[in-house]
Amino acid sequence: MYFGLSEEQSFFQDNVKKYLEEHATIDKIKHIVSDDKNNLSAEIHQGLLNLGINGLLIPEEFGGLELDLLFAASVSEALGGGVSPTPFVAPYVMAPTAIKHAGSKIQQENYLSKIASNEYRFGVGFSEFIGKRNDTGITFSDNKLNGRAMFALDANDATHLLLANEKGEIFVTETKSSNMEIVNLTTVDKTRQYSEVICKNLEAEMLENSSVSEEPILKAIDAGRIMLAADSIGASQTMVNKAVDYAKERKQFGRPIGSFQAVKHMCAEMAADLEPCYALVWHAAHCHDHSPLEARFMACHAKAHVSEISKGIAKKSTEVHGGMGFTDLLGLHYWFKRIGLNRQILGSPELVREEAYRTQI
Amino acid sequence: MNLEYGPKYQDFTKEVQSFCKKYEGISFTDGSNNPLGSSGGSGGPQMSRSEWQKILIENGFFARSVPKEYGGYGGEEDILKSRIIATEFSKSKIPGAMGGQGIDMLVPTLLEMGTEEQKQAYIEPTLYGEMIWCQGYSEPNAGSDLASLQTKGELVGDEWIINGQKIWTSTAQYSQMCFCLVRTEPDAPKHAGISYLLIPMDTPGIEIRPLVDMTLKAGFNEVFFTDVKIPASNIVGKRGEGWAVANATLGHERGSLAPPDATMNRVNMLMQLMKEETLDGKPLIEHPIYRDRLMQIQGKVLAQQSHALRLLSAKLNPGTDVKIGKMIQKLTGTELRHELEGLAIDVMGEVGTLYEDSPHLRNDGTWQFIYMYFLGLIIGGGTSQIQKNIIAERGLGMPKEPKVERA
Repeated sequence: MYFGLSEEQSFFQDNVKKYLEEHATIDKIKHIVSDDKNNLSAEIHQGLLNLGINGLLIPEEFGGLELDLLFAASVSEALGGGVSPTPFVAPYVMAPTAIKHAGSKIQQENYLSKIASNEYRFGVGFSEFIGKRNDTGITFSDNKLNGRAMFALDANDATHLLLANEKGEIFVTETKSSNMEIVNLTTVDKTRQYSEVICKNLEAEMLENSSVSEEPILKAIDAGRIMLAADSIGASQTMVNKAVDYAKERKQFGRPIGSFQAVKHMCAEMAADLEPCYALVWHAAHCHDHSPLEARFMACHAKAHVSEISKGIAKKSTEVHGGMGFTDLLGLHYWFKRIGLNRQILGSPELVREEAYRTQI
Repeated sequence: MNLEYGPKYQDFTKEVQSFCKKYEGISFTDGSNNPLGSSGGSGGPQMSRSEWQKILIENGFFARSVPKEYGGYGGEEDILKSRIIATEFSKSKIPGAMGGQGIDMLVPTLLEMGTEEQKQAYIEPTLYGEMIWCQGYSEPNAGSDLASLQTKGELVGDEWIINGQKIWTSTAQYSQMCFCLVRTEPDAPKHAGISYLLIPMDTPGIEIRPLVDMTLKAGFNEVFFTDVKIPASNIVGKRGEGWAVANATLGHERGSLAPPDATMNRVNMLMQLMKEETLDGKPLIEHPIYRDRLMQIQGKVLAQQSHALRLLSAKLNPGTDVKIGKMIQKLTGTELRHELEGLAIDVMGEVGTLYEDSPHLRNDGTWQFIYMYFLGLIIGGGTSQIQKNIIAERGLGMPKEPKVERA
C-alpha cells in the first residue's frame, strides 16, 4: 500500500517547478499580463511542451505517455504554484479525456495523435452544460452550431475547440473558421485565457459517443475539476510559504511579526487547512482512473473543498503581508486571482456540492 | 498510488470478518465507564467486558504487539493489520477492546521506558482491564503551561512523600493507580525538575473530589495529595526525566482523539436522520441550506479520511515527510467533529436541544452530548491555540513568543 505521488510523479513535478522558477519569474508574469503582444507566454509554454505535458494522458497507441490523472494533478500543482501563464487544463487534460471517452476510434486516431504531436491544440467550452447562465447556449442541427459559449478555456491560441450543448453532446470545431468569433474576456486572472465563443452556422463534428450518455462529458469535467483543485493547492502552498517567510522577516515592535500569536496562528490555520487537501485531490485523481463508483463523488468534493480552503488562504496570506500584500509591487495578487478563478470555473462550490450529493442518491 | 493491501492481508481480512460474524450483536453484562464506549449490540452472545477483553487478546485483535510475557498477544507490530481490525470491527459494529489512559498511554510508556519489574507488575493487569489508571498531569495553575506544575515529591529514606493537587483527572474515582508528574527537583529548570511516578490510589492521604462538567455526565475529578507515601522504586525513568517520559506518549493521545472514520460514521448517521426527519412536511435533506451545510462537512471529513490514508502510508513507507501532517491531527479532528455534531443540532432546531431522558430524543440524545463533549476535547490535551503554536513553531519554524522575565 502506498498513498501519495510516485517517485516519477514527484520528479516530473520538481522539473516543472524548477523550470517555472527559472523561466516564469514574477517580472516576466508582470510583463505578460501588461502587454498582450509579447511572446513570453508562448516561450514558457514551449518549454513545458519540451517536457512533454501535451502527451501525458494520451494513450501510447496515439503517441502519448498514457499516464494516469494523478500524474497530471502533480503537474497542475506545480503550474498553480508558479502561476504559470500557460494553457494546461483544457488542451492537455479535458480535451484528451473527452475525446478518449466520447470519440469513435477514427476520431480518437484523428485528434489524440495530433494533440500528442502538438499539431492540434484544443480549447474547451463546457460552461453551458455545467450551468447555463441567462441567454447563453449552443444548438446543433444539420451539422451546424449556433449560439454562444461563455468562459471557454484556452481558446485564443487553439486550433480547435470542443464545445458542448446543454445535453452534454460534445462538438469539435475549428477556430480558423470565419463562422466562429472568439471574444477575449478580461477576468481578474490574467495568467490564463477565458473567452466567449460565438457560433454562426459553424461547421462542427459531434464526438460520436457523447450523444449516448453524459458519461464522457462528466468524465472530462471531473478531470478538469481535479486539475483546478490541484492548481489551487499549488497556488495556496505558495501563498502560505510567502506568508510564513514574510512573517519571519518583517519586524514591528522590535520583533518579527511571526512571533505574535495573532499572526502565527493565521499561518498555522492555513497550513492545517491546506495539508489534508493534498490527500483529497490525490485520492480523487486516483479514483478517477481506478475506482469509477467513487470517482464523481470524490472529484466534486475535491473541487468544492479545495475552493473553500484556498479562498481562505488567499485572504489570510494577503493579510499577513499587511499593506504590501495589497500592492502590485509584491505581486501576491496573481495567486489570489488564480485561486479566485479556479473557484468559479467548471462549477462554483455550491453547484459542485449539489452534484456531490446527487451522486449519493 | 496503490491502495491495495496485498494477498496476505486479504486472508487476514477474511479471518477478522469471520471472527466478527461469530460475535455479531455481542452485548455486555456490565456497563461501560466511558460514556462514548459502546455497551454492545443485541441478539448476540452475552459476556462481561473483561471476558471480551480476554477473547480479543487471545485472538490477537488487541494488544497485538505487546510481548506474551507481559500478557499481550506477542505478534509482530503490523499497522495494516491493526487498521483492518479497526475497520472490520467498525463495519460489523463489534465493540473494540476497553481503552482508557492506562492502556493507551501507560502501557506504551512502560514498554519503552519501564523497568522489568514494572513491566511484569503493571502491563498484564492493565491490558485485562483489572487495573485502571488515571493520569495525574494538569494542575489548577499548570494547564497549557504544564511544565510549571508544582505538586511536590520529596525522597525521604526509601519513600517519596507527595503533596499537591491535580485536576481534570478522568476516571480517578475508578482507578487503582495513577501515573503522575511530580516536581522532585525544585532547584532544576522547570522541564528538568519533574519525575514520572506511579501512585496506588488507595494510599492514605489521597482525596478525590468529583468535578462535574457541562455535559453533566462525563466525570473529571480533582485529586488532592497530602503526605502521600509511595516506594522510591515507583518511578519511570530517572529523577528529573519525567517530562521526556510523558512526552513519549503524549503525541499518541493527540492523534487518536478524533479519528476521521468515526466522524464519517456520524456524517452518515446524520444524513440518515435528515432523510427521516421532516420540517414543514419535507425531509430535512430536501432543504437546500441544510443539505449544503451537510455536504460542506462531508467534504471536510473526506479530506481528513484521505489524509489519514496518507499518514498510514507514511508509517509503512519510512522516509515520507508528513511532519506537519501529523501535527494538525488533534486540531482539525476535534474541531471538525464538534462542528458536525453542532450541525445536527441546527438541522433539528428545538428538537436538537432535547437532553438526558427527555421524550422525543433523536439518536439517544448523542448529538447534543457529543457536541459538548468535544468542546472538552478541543480544550483538553493541549487546546486548539496550543496546537496552533506547535504547528507554527515546530512545523513552520516561526519564532517563539519572547519569554517574559519572572518578577
